[in-house]
Amino acid sequence: MELAAVSFGQSLAQQVVSGIASGAVYASLALALVLIYRAMDVANFAQGEMAMFATFVAYTLITQFHLSFFAAFALTVVIAFAGGFAIERVMIRPFEGSSVLTLVIVTLGLFSIINGLAGLIWGYVFKTFSGPFSTNSIQFSGVYLGIQDLGVIAVTLVVLSLVFALFRFTKLGLAMRAAALYPESSRLLGVRTSRMLALGWGLSASVGAVSGMMIAPIVYLDPNMMQSVLLFAFAAAVLGGIESPLGAVVGGVMVGVLLALVGTYIPGGQNLRTPFALLVIVAVLLFRPAGLFGRIEAKRV
Amino acid sequence: MRRALATLPLWTMIIAVLGLVALIGIPLITDSFQTFQFANVAAFVIAIIGLNLLTGYSGQISLGNGAFMAVGGYTTAIMAHRLGASYALTIPLGGLIAGVFGFLIGIPALRLRGIYLALATFALALSVTPVLNNFDTFTGGHVGINLKPAQPPLGLDLSNEQWLYFVGWAIAGLLFVPAALLLHSRTGRAWMAIRDSETAATANGVNIAFYKTLAFGVSAFYAGVAGSLQIINTAYINPDNYSLGLSLSLLIGLVVGGLGSIWGPVLGGLLVVWLPYFAEKASGLHLGSVSFGGKPDIGFGLLLIVIVFFAQDGLAGLVRRGMARYRVLRTRFRVEEIGAAQAPAVASPDALEELPVGERDHIRT
Repeated sequence: MELAAVSFGQSLAQQVVSGIASGAVYASLALALVLIYRAMDVANFAQGEMAMFATFVAYTLITQFHLSFFAAFALTVVIAFAGGFAIERVMIRPFEGSSVLTLVIVTLGLFSIINGLAGLIWGYVFKTFSGPFSTNSIQFSGVYLGIQDLGVIAVTLVVLSLVFALFRFTKLGLAMRAAALYPESSRLLGVRTSRMLALGWGLSASVGAVSGMMIAPIVYLDPNMMQSVLLFAFAAAVLGGIESPLGAVVGGVMVGVLLALVGTYIPGGQNLRTPFALLVIVAVLLFRPAGLFGRIEAKRV
Repeated sequence: MRRALATLPLWTMIIAVLGLVALIGIPLITDSFQTFQFANVAAFVIAIIGLNLLTGYSGQISLGNGAFMAVGGYTTAIMAHRLGASYALTIPLGGLIAGVFGFLIGIPALRLRGIYLALATFALALSVTPVLNNFDTFTGGHVGINLKPAQPPLGLDLSNEQWLYFVGWAIAGLLFVPAALLLHSRTGRAWMAIRDSETAATANGVNIAFYKTLAFGVSAFYAGVAGSLQIINTAYINPDNYSLGLSLSLLIGLVVGGLGSIWGPVLGGLLVVWLPYFAEKASGLHLGSVSFGGKPDIGFGLLLIVIVFFAQDGLAGLVRRGMARYRVLRTRFRVEEIGAAQAPAVASPDALEELPVGERDHIRT
C-alpha cells in the first residue's frame, strides 16, 4: 500500500517536472503572443508558424552547414528577429490600425503562407531534430527527471530573464513599452512608435523561435508541429491575462502541468488535451476575463 | 432616363438566364470527377453562406465553423450507417442538430468579443479531430465510416455524381433564398446593427443576446447541412476531414468571395474547391528542385492578404464596382452624345449611388 503511494507520488513528481518543461515552451510562445498583443491589440495567429519556420532554419543550419546546436541556435534567433522585423514592415504595416477582423485575417493569411512555404521547402515528412541535451534521466531521491526537461527549463529561464532585463533596464525596452502603452504621447516625445512595433515583431519572432527549437526534439519536426502548441500558448496567455508578460509565463507553466496531468491520469487524455485547452480558454474568459495578472479595462464608447 | 433604367433589368435577366443555363449545363458537359467537384462547391457555398450570416452580417468572428460541419457530417454518417436512415432525412436532421449545437456554443460566445471569440473558435476548430478520434466506438475513429453511395431515384437517367450535383445545388438555392430574405428583415437589420455598434444596437432596443445566439444557430444549421452533403458526396467520413484547414478554408472563401455580400459565398465556394485542384495541376512548375505542385496554402494566404488590402468587400465587391464603373462610363459616353445640357437627366441615379463622391461630381460637371 505504502509502496503504491510512494510510486504514485514519484510518478506525479515526474509528470509535474515534464509538465513544467513543456509549460516553459508554451510560456515562451505565449510571451511572444503577448508582446505583439500589447503593441497592436491582435493575437498573431501566425506566431506558431513563424516559430516552426525558424526551427526548420535551425535544422538546415545543423544538418546542411554542420553547425553545432548552440551556434545554430544563436544564428536562428538572429535570423528570426530579422524575419519578424521584415514581416511587420512588409505585411503588417499596411494594416496598422485596421479592425480586429482584418488583422485576424491578415495573420491567418500569414499562417497559410508560412505553413505552405515550409511544406514547399522541407516537405511534410516528419524529421527528427536532435536537441543539445541527453535523453537520459537523472535520479533524484527516487524520482527520475529527464535531462532534456531540465535543459529546456534552464534555456527558457535564461531567455525569459533576458527579455525581462531588456524591458526593465534598457532605454530601448523603455521606448518599446511606452510605444505599446501610450503610442500618442511617445510619438510626441520622439519615440519612433512604428519602428518599435517592428522591433516588437522581431523580438517576439526570436522568443517564438526559441520555443520551436525547444519543443522540436520532444515532438517531431514537421510543418504542422506548432498548431497545438500555439493553442496551448493561447490558453496560457489568456489564463495569465493577455496583456501581461509575467502572466504569460506563469500561465504557460500552469497549462503545461495541467495538460501533463490530464494526459497521464485521465483515460484518453492524450486526445483530450486540445479540447481541455479550449475549456481553459472559455472558462477563464467567462469567469475571469482579465486572466490572473490582467487588469479589467473600462471601454469608452 | 427610360432607356438607362430599362437596360438594367435586361442585363440582370440575361445574367440570371446565363447562370441558370450554366448551372444545369455543367453536369452535362463535365466528366464525373468535375461534376463531383462542382457538387462539393454547392456544399461549400452553403457553409460559407452560413459563415457570412455569422461573421459578415452579425460581426462575430468564427474560425470554427468546420466543427458544425462535423456535427452535420457525423449525424448523417452515423444515422445512415447504423440505422439505415435515408439521406432525405439525415440532411435536414444534420442541419438541425448542428443548429442546436451552434446555438449552445453561441451562449458562452455572448461574453466573448472580437479577438477573444476568434481565439475560442480557433480552439474549437482544433478540438474537433481529437474529440472525434477519442470517441471512436461512436465515430469509428481513424478508420472512418464508409457510406452507401447515393443513387438517383429509379427512372431518372443520371449518374450518381450528376444526381448529387443537382440535389446539392437545389438545396443551395433553397437555402440561399431565406438567407437573402433574412437580411432585409428585422433579424438581418438587428445583426448588422450589432455588427456596427453593439452599444448603439442596445440603445435602440435590439435584444443582443437573442440575435447573437440566433446568428450562431442559423450559421451552424447551414454548416450542418453542408457537412451532410459533403459526406454524402464522398461517401466516406473520417476525423481528419475536420482539421483546422477546413474551418480556415470557409473563412478564406468568405473573405475572398466577399464578406457581407450576398453573392460572395458563391465565388468563395468555387475558389476553395477549385484552387487546390489547380494547384495540384501546377505540379509541373519547378524552381530548382522545389516543386510548386499541390501547395494551395501559399496561394490562399497571398490571395487573402491581397484581397483584404485592395478590396475589403472581396471579389463580389470588385465585380459590383466594376459594373458600376461600366455604367458610369456608358452614361458619360451618352452625355457626350446628347450634349452636356441634358446631362443630369441622363445619368442613372443607380450608377451614381455606387461611386465615390469625387467620381459623382466628375460625372455631373
